[in-house]
Amino acid sequence: MAGRIFLKGNEAIAHGALAAGCKCFFGYPITPQNDIPEFMSSAICKAGGQFVQAESEVAAANMLLGAAAAGVRAMTSSSSPGMSLKQEAISYMAGSDLPGVIVNINRGGPGLGDIGPSQGDYFQSVKGGGHGDYRTLVLAPATCQEAYDLTRLAFDLAYTYRNPVLILGDAILGQMKEPVTPAKPRKENPKEAQDWCLTGAKGRPTRLLKSLFLDDGALAGQNLRLKAKYEKMKAEIRYEAFACDDAELVVVAFGTIGRIAKSAVRALRAKGRKVGLFRPITLFPFPSAALAALAAKGKRFLTIEHNLGQMVEDVRLAVLPAADSDFFSVLPGNMPIPDDFEKPILASLKGAAKKTGAPGKATKKAAKPTPAKAAAATKKTPAAAKIRGKAAPTAKKPAAKGKKG
Amino acid sequence: MYQDVIIAGFGGQGVLLIGNLLAYAGMHAGLNVTYIPVYGVEMRGGTANCTVVLSSEEIGSPIIHSPRSTIVLNRPSLDKFQPRLRDGGVQVVNTSLIDPSLIEKKRVRTVALPCNDIADKLGNPRLVNMVSLGAYVQATGCLPLTTVEKSLTEVISSHYSHLIPKNVEALRAGASEAAKAK
Repeated sequence: MAGRIFLKGNEAIAHGALAAGCKCFFGYPITPQNDIPEFMSSAICKAGGQFVQAESEVAAANMLLGAAAAGVRAMTSSSSPGMSLKQEAISYMAGSDLPGVIVNINRGGPGLGDIGPSQGDYFQSVKGGGHGDYRTLVLAPATCQEAYDLTRLAFDLAYTYRNPVLILGDAILGQMKEPVTPAKPRKENPKEAQDWCLTGAKGRPTRLLKSLFLDDGALAGQNLRLKAKYEKMKAEIRYEAFACDDAELVVVAFGTIGRIAKSAVRALRAKGRKVGLFRPITLFPFPSAALAALAAKGKRFLTIEHNLGQMVEDVRLAVLPAADSDFFSVLPGNMPIPDDFEKPILASLKGAAKKTGAPGKATKKAAKPTPAKAAAATKKTPAAAKIRGKAAPTAKKPAAKGKKG
Repeated sequence: MYQDVIIAGFGGQGVLLIGNLLAYAGMHAGLNVTYIPVYGVEMRGGTANCTVVLSSEEIGSPIIHSPRSTIVLNRPSLDKFQPRLRDGGVQVVNTSLIDPSLIEKKRVRTVALPCNDIADKLGNPRLVNMVSLGAYVQATGCLPLTTVEKSLTEVISSHYSHLIPKNVEALRAGASEAAKAK
């Protein structure tokens, strides 16, 4: 156990970046990711790199684009509102096939939200985030060790695929301290970008890195190439499946909610309940095939997220039509408490037992009311009740339209 | 082995420091550990707390709502965390700032000691946190006190290293007070 260092998740990400040979960091302050630029402001300089505190998140993200175009391993970090500002540059990087690592220590939203943990940026992270048809690889660590390891991996993946890679954490991961076993620093590979980076065209044909494709068919071609690249990225799918083999109900959760859910799953296992945990580590590409395989085995699903329900859509796409997923929400602004998870897990498990217990035609009949039953079960919890309350104003809208008509 | 603790008091009493110290000691003892402070708009004189989990197994949640043990250094912390303490849990209560009559008698085990007074006797009122941690380690037996003592260099900067012997003294004073209470 010797050689372990005790790090905040934010620091672990910064250490991981340095171990991966990150040579440029572009920062702009925002809570709760501030430990990353704070640490980098001295550490990256000692490691022979450059630190810039940019004048804005927009500038920092465009500096990342610039460093990437020069073939330099570089990173920027922010938290939710700042991430929104970085999206334009990320879209340009994706359109120009440029590698870079972007860290989002997710805080509450929308808007300025709060400085506490949240998973409200799932959609923004995995569905592109900026304009245009593009995806970023998204890695979601749950421990400080994973934050370190996945950041190292992020740089390799960025250069392997020439694509932006996102690390998606939250305020819990960022502020929590855990022991981390550091890896040997990576041997630098000066050739990794030599075939495409901009270093001055002396002695070779000129190169152009751009995301503007005006010639007939050129943009369609670029989009096809990107599509093929995203298909190839499926080789990078990672997930943790804990106690899923004989589970009747599989809890699906990512990041820190994933590890907190694991506490609840362990506690219920100790009481003899057949529950398991499936924790996607790559959020894009999403481990759909692995979930579909579990669904094909007759398992039911409960997705738990620290938002109003985002990843659950991807879970449902993966497991339908063989199964569906219930959903339990930890509201952004509230801290997740493991004790609170057991009740909804048990409620979903009860639904699972009923469904699997019903043979033949009865199963088909049971299939329809089940989502409603499950919803009723989760609605009993105070968190879900609040969601209902919030949903009410939107329900009024159609009525208002009717009056106008 | 599994133990979790919420350490709470006024900002400035050093609760985050002893949380860090306990976590470092756990790491040096070869355990898995997590340390998480409350995170918000904090200020000196406000309340502060942190949660430490020590385990020989993988740690799930770093956030604990109903802890197995607590160290409470002021009255607001007792009000907040005593009701959340699990049945049969252990709490170290600083009776210099907390009225002992507020302590639950049967449901939980309490080590009550006047941490501020003991720190004052040692010549530095700021040692109150170390006194309480010494008592905690003695009362729970979660780690050897020597491991905690050896970890002081991790949380006290070299600039203040001359204060380490006094901190060791405070840890031991707390431990011996807790041993007497048994």
